[in-house]
Amino acid sequence: MPVKVLIPTPLQKITGGKDVVEAEPGKIIDIINALDKTYPGFAERLCQDGKIRRFINIYVNEEDIRFLQGEDTLVKDGDEVSIVPAIAGGSH
Amino acid sequence: MKYVKGLKCRECAREYPIEPIYVCEFCFGPLEVVYDYTKIKKVLTRRVIQRRPKTLWRYKELLPIDGEPQVGLNSGFTPLVKAENLAKYLGVKELYIKDDTVAHPTLSFKDRVVSVALTKAKEFGFDTAACASTGNLAHAVSAHGAKAGFNRFIFIPATLEQSKILASIVYEPNLVAVDGNYDDVNRLCSEIANKYRWAFVNINIRPYYAEGSKTIGFEIVEQLGWKAPDSIVVPCASGSLLTKVWKALKEFKEIGIIKEVETKIYGAQATGCSPISTAFKEGTDVIRPVKPNTIAKSLAIGNPADGYYALQAVKESGGAMEDVSDDEIIEAIKILSKTEGIFAETAGGVTLATYIKLLKEGKIDKKDCTVLCITGNGLKTAEVLNGKTTEVYYIKPNLASFEEALKKINEKRRR
Repeated sequence: MPVKVLIPTPLQKITGGKDVVEAEPGKIIDIINALDKTYPGFAERLCQDGKIRRFINIYVNEEDIRFLQGEDTLVKDGDEVSIVPAIAGGSH
Repeated sequence: MKYVKGLKCRECAREYPIEPIYVCEFCFGPLEVVYDYTKIKKVLTRRVIQRRPKTLWRYKELLPIDGEPQVGLNSGFTPLVKAENLAKYLGVKELYIKDDTVAHPTLSFKDRVVSVALTKAKEFGFDTAACASTGNLAHAVSAHGAKAGFNRFIFIPATLEQSKILASIVYEPNLVAVDGNYDDVNRLCSEIANKYRWAFVNINIRPYYAEGSKTIGFEIVEQLGWKAPDSIVVPCASGSLLTKVWKALKEFKEIGIIKEVETKIYGAQATGCSPISTAFKEGTDVIRPVKPNTIAKSLAIGNPADGYYALQAVKESGGAMEDVSDDEIIEAIKILSKTEGIFAETAGGVTLATYIKLLKEGKIDKKDCTVLCITGNGLKTAEVLNGKTTEVYYIKPNLASFEEALKKINEKRRR
């Protein structure tokens, strides 16, 4: 079972309108770079100098990767990765 | 006449048209509304504002709508209470409470942001309004949405206090309680917002919604007699309110309503959820998310969307950030109640307790004219006071029983 990656609306222009794409298991950063081959521009939008941009949150199975191993977090077969713009939510 | 030029990315300055979008497609930075201040300056003066009804819409040119206001026509313009008793209690010179515990109709400052968000949602032609909420926003979207005729989806953390759940469900929205904390609810809502074309007030309507918070800043200036205070203490969850209060002061200066802004902005958090305050104290711009653990649930956002900008605003103004324990929060709620007769929710306790701490640390001057933003009503979080208040005197319905109680009361007073 491949890894399922949920794509936020602002990134769907890159994925040809798809809100879910599939990837091979591996480290988060490797998954992003692999998806960049299928969807050129994908990695550039999410990363700057090999680091995930400040305004992007990435979750593996509902857990923020900053509570895991960040860019090096290992994603297994069947895991779900969710990319969420950091700016959503809140107001207080 | 239109006063809004468009949306602009705060990070890379790319421009976007006025649409229900909220992040830059290129760098994921937040989009912000850009106004035509030259045009606004010509029409919005102190006199014009003063002639208008006492609601948040008296500053409508500085709010991101194209037509006339449609929602929250009685919201805003809450009292600015001169807190003489509290000032005396704390030994400070001039202190005010911006009292959104009596915001209309749902008793928190969220009535402001939702009035703006739902007016904008109507302009965009949405029929469904939605939000991720820790409670107050749920109440405001449920209530304003009912009156404005929206179908409503409200997502809350399932652990929310019973009283907060009731204060949403009474307006009969579709209330969805999610097994997780606010950050989980928020992430889920972002995923839902990708799929369903709804007006998520704090997601795809966020650039417009957040602007509503500026009205607290505008009102403070007007109610102080058209002057910005020396210091303002603002509670922080996502950090948006603080950022917008600061923006409000700068906009009033920009259009010539006030000449100078020398206000210092102070951010208040609960220690159990203090990612912004921690970053401030550590002197870093990197906000590390935390798992919230505090009674101040309306501030329990471990992953603050605007944290970075709140930090910048605090630093730019020369203010500071501090955080306080749950015990300090409860003590502050009680102090505000017994000195000023204002019953604030836990977030209000956070604000006052932080002010007290900053005074002790010498970070706010006792001679300052200070305004505390008290953003929600205590009845919403009454549970936290269980067993922490003074005792009730239970008596029989006869005079002797009353006098026995009175004896106890007098003895207690003498002690």
